[in-house]
Amino acid sequence: MLGFGLLSGVTFLPLVGAAFVLLVSRGGEDEASLRNIRWATLITTIATFALSLVAWQRFDASSADFQLLEEHAWFGSGLVYKMGVDGFSMPFVLLTTFLMPFAIYASFESVTKRVASYMVAFLVLETLMIGVFCALDLVLFYLFFEGGLIPMFLIIGIWGGKRRVYASFKFFLYTLAGSLLMLVAILAMYQQAGTTDITVLLRTQFSSHLQTWLWLAFFASFAVKMPMWPVHTWLPDAHVEAPTAGSVILAAILLKMGGYGFIRFSLPMFPDASAQFAPLIYALSIVAIIYTSLVALVQEDIKKLIAYSSVAHMGFVTMGLFTLTPQGVQGAMFVMISHGLVSGALFLCVGVIYDRMHTREIAAYGGLVQRMPLYALVFMVFTLANVGLPGTSGFIGEFLALVGAFKANDWVALLATTGVILSAAYALYLYRRVIFGVLEKPSLKDIADLSPREIAIFTPLLLLTIYYGVHPQPVIDASASAVSHLISTHSALIDAAKLASAH
Amino acid sequence: MSFFPLLAHHFLPEVILTIGVLALILVGAWRGDKAFALVNELAVGVLGLAILSIALSTKGETSAFDGAYMDDAFSRFLKIVALASSLGTLLLSTDFFRRAKLDRFEFPILVLLATLGMLLLISADNLIALYLGLELMSLALYVMAAFARDDGRASEAGLKYFVLGALSSGMLLYGASLLYGFAGTVSFSGIATAIAGLAPLGVIFGLVFVLAGLAFKMSAAPFHMWTPDVYEGSPTPVTAFFASAAKIAAVAVTARILVTAFPGISGSWRQIIVALAIISTVLGAFAAIGQQNIKRLMAYSSIGHMGFVLIGLAAGTEDGMKGVAIYLVMYAAMTLGVFAAILNMRVNGKPVENVSDLAGLARTDGAMAFFLAMLMFSLTGIPPLGGFFAKYFVLLPAVQTGLAWLAVIGVLASAVSAYYYLRVIKVMYFDEPAPAFDPAPLAQRGVLAVSTIFLLGFWLYPAPLMDAASAAAKSLF
Repeated sequence: MLGFGLLSGVTFLPLVGAAFVLLVSRGGEDEASLRNIRWATLITTIATFALSLVAWQRFDASSADFQLLEEHAWFGSGLVYKMGVDGFSMPFVLLTTFLMPFAIYASFESVTKRVASYMVAFLVLETLMIGVFCALDLVLFYLFFEGGLIPMFLIIGIWGGKRRVYASFKFFLYTLAGSLLMLVAILAMYQQAGTTDITVLLRTQFSSHLQTWLWLAFFASFAVKMPMWPVHTWLPDAHVEAPTAGSVILAAILLKMGGYGFIRFSLPMFPDASAQFAPLIYALSIVAIIYTSLVALVQEDIKKLIAYSSVAHMGFVTMGLFTLTPQGVQGAMFVMISHGLVSGALFLCVGVIYDRMHTREIAAYGGLVQRMPLYALVFMVFTLANVGLPGTSGFIGEFLALVGAFKANDWVALLATTGVILSAAYALYLYRRVIFGVLEKPSLKDIADLSPREIAIFTPLLLLTIYYGVHPQPVIDASASAVSHLISTHSALIDAAKLASAH
Repeated sequence: MSFFPLLAHHFLPEVILTIGVLALILVGAWRGDKAFALVNELAVGVLGLAILSIALSTKGETSAFDGAYMDDAFSRFLKIVALASSLGTLLLSTDFFRRAKLDRFEFPILVLLATLGMLLLISADNLIALYLGLELMSLALYVMAAFARDDGRASEAGLKYFVLGALSSGMLLYGASLLYGFAGTVSFSGIATAIAGLAPLGVIFGLVFVLAGLAFKMSAAPFHMWTPDVYEGSPTPVTAFFASAAKIAAVAVTARILVTAFPGISGSWRQIIVALAIISTVLGAFAAIGQQNIKRLMAYSSIGHMGFVLIGLAAGTEDGMKGVAIYLVMYAAMTLGVFAAILNMRVNGKPVENVSDLAGLARTDGAMAFFLAMLMFSLTGIPPLGGFFAKYFVLLPAVQTGLAWLAVIGVLASAVSAYYYLRVIKVMYFDEPAPAFDPAPLAQRGVLAVSTIFLLGFWLYPAPLMDAASAAAKSLF
């Protein structure tokens, strides 16, 4: 059909589902049509996941090339509709399609107003997120990257908490300001290379003066998205106010776009500038790891605490990436995937008690283990994975990133390691205050344990977290050849630049 | 080519409009005040016919009437945009004027006359043709601004527009006379030949005055002072007309005069255009923040958008003109859509104009809220909406001609402007509902829906518009 391939199918299937949901929703807001809307959305996301598994099946992880390519004329002059995946993007596509059904299923009962719009917003968001990872044209990438702001703005603003308006504006304006600078950089790259095809740009060498500016412009966008200290302040607000599923998607996938951007663009396209700015990234990463961990320690709000912990974990990612060692980049990839699972699950955990008590104050809880043993178990596994306990997926990535950092710079590694200790401190402190202690609050006396629906949500996430902790090879293999390709071309380019400057 | 074949092949839309105006005046005179609906519908037909005649016309480039007018791909492209905007305005005006008890047949005729002026302006290839077209357009617009003559605000708007407009026409005329004096010709290409090599100081002076006059018409800051008051005071359909069609014509003639008359001194005019662009984008971004009245808000927003158009003009290259052409299409669609939505804002028969009146619209009228929200995102320049591509194609040539810093200023200003566009969306989606609006007539809903769907779906199949814009830009050089 029109010659569009598998990736376009994965990307736009949610949009088709959204159209279907709109049709179904014409029935009104009665119980039957609400049920239809919810199930239609869930089935769409599951079908998308199934289709992405087909893509994964056809994907050859041993090759560093872009695969499943599709190309169509689009805007004429330079802009093409080009889709494709490699070892860096495929895991993120799978992560997105894997997590969406959970996010939707978790919203079945917690979202009761404007359900159809909610589901449509999430489906549109899914299309845009998958598109970001599949796009092989810079402008197409930008289109998906920036387009995601629209549904997320509405999700936070309509279904969010008390300060939702403030949070949604902050989210939108921060990210917009960052990405507009990237747009100018994209234009400059187009002027240099005459195309916005990413595969061509990856082979284009920009002059080192231009690289500096381009790197800074891309950095402005990705640092905000990541988010890196000191432009992280939108994240706690957005997380706290967003509905549960919104927080899950925000933490698990939207934040990864920053890291993906660094891997896809900054490192390979601007190698000189990346080397030049690595110390800056180290410094910001260290501050993120230590400072935001300390900030997390004193939070009163569960979601805010997890949000700050996300910032800290993203610090490991940026640090690992810019060490430009195989372990560092591999570790960063692993942290991102694992953080996607774990932080998504943690926000779902918060959602469970929020749905019951309608508060996120840590002080409102305590002693939950008496009434909710199953919940205590689930929350414990994810808390420990967040800490990075060996045997959970959180450990592998952080360990690799630290190994990479040791190779690059001892001091960076030393300081970053303190973050591991601090993360244990805030996570376990949170766990103690919420789960343990005496159950003395009268409101908690008859709080119910996990429902079958919630068990169905958590079981796959829990198993996967532990599975990847014990057997990380599948994730590492997926990106291994892409990582080694990145490192080898990067060092070749740096050597070439050194040679050129020596002459 | 002899006179009549020339008219038939290259100036059919102008002929259709002229005959249409004359015929409709007669219809109106015979049927009296009851003729409004009929004349309005016939005027829509005349405009439709004019668009059709361009679409079916012979292609190619012809200079006519001793070089006074030019029929080329550029003029045809922008004439279609201007005619379509006028048509949209007429569709929007029926219900409004009937309810305001202003349903007089003169209004559609004035729209046609102004449109005729715009067509002449877009085709103008010498200074006299430029002035004639500009005045025909402006005189009709002055009357339209004050069309609600018993309304104090409208009279004020009309008077303000007239006085300031006359001043700007005077400046333009003064500049034109200087140009004629120093170049010895009024023809654009003649001026280019005359000043090739060395431009006398008088030509620069003339250029400055001409540009000031044109900047006034397109309401580029610092010649924007009339815009907010006139936008607010004029009847809303008239505001839609000012914001869309009138500016398109002004931009078109600016592009043509810069490219064909002053290619040799691009350094001199570029700094003027750059200055106008910077002031307009920044002022448009900051001044709109405090506005409560949505028509005033749109006034400042349009100033900002003109700033972006000027960024494309500043590049001055073929790509730049292509960007300008695309921008004008998107801008016209966005403006008409937003004003259609503003016209829908009516509670218990009375029009309301404050942003706060939109509160909770998502729950009282979901479709309108969605359309208006998408228009706001498009005005902000968020992909994949049309407004993004408009910005993309003017920023690209700017970066290519070494004006990357100007592009940076532009995008930062648009980040600021995002705040007030978002505020409209916030009011519609996040706030508690205000009283619901009255059901809107089909024409207004139609204009709103069509323009939004065009902007939403543009990226799916951009080729026809892109090709037409490329051809248009190419014909200028």
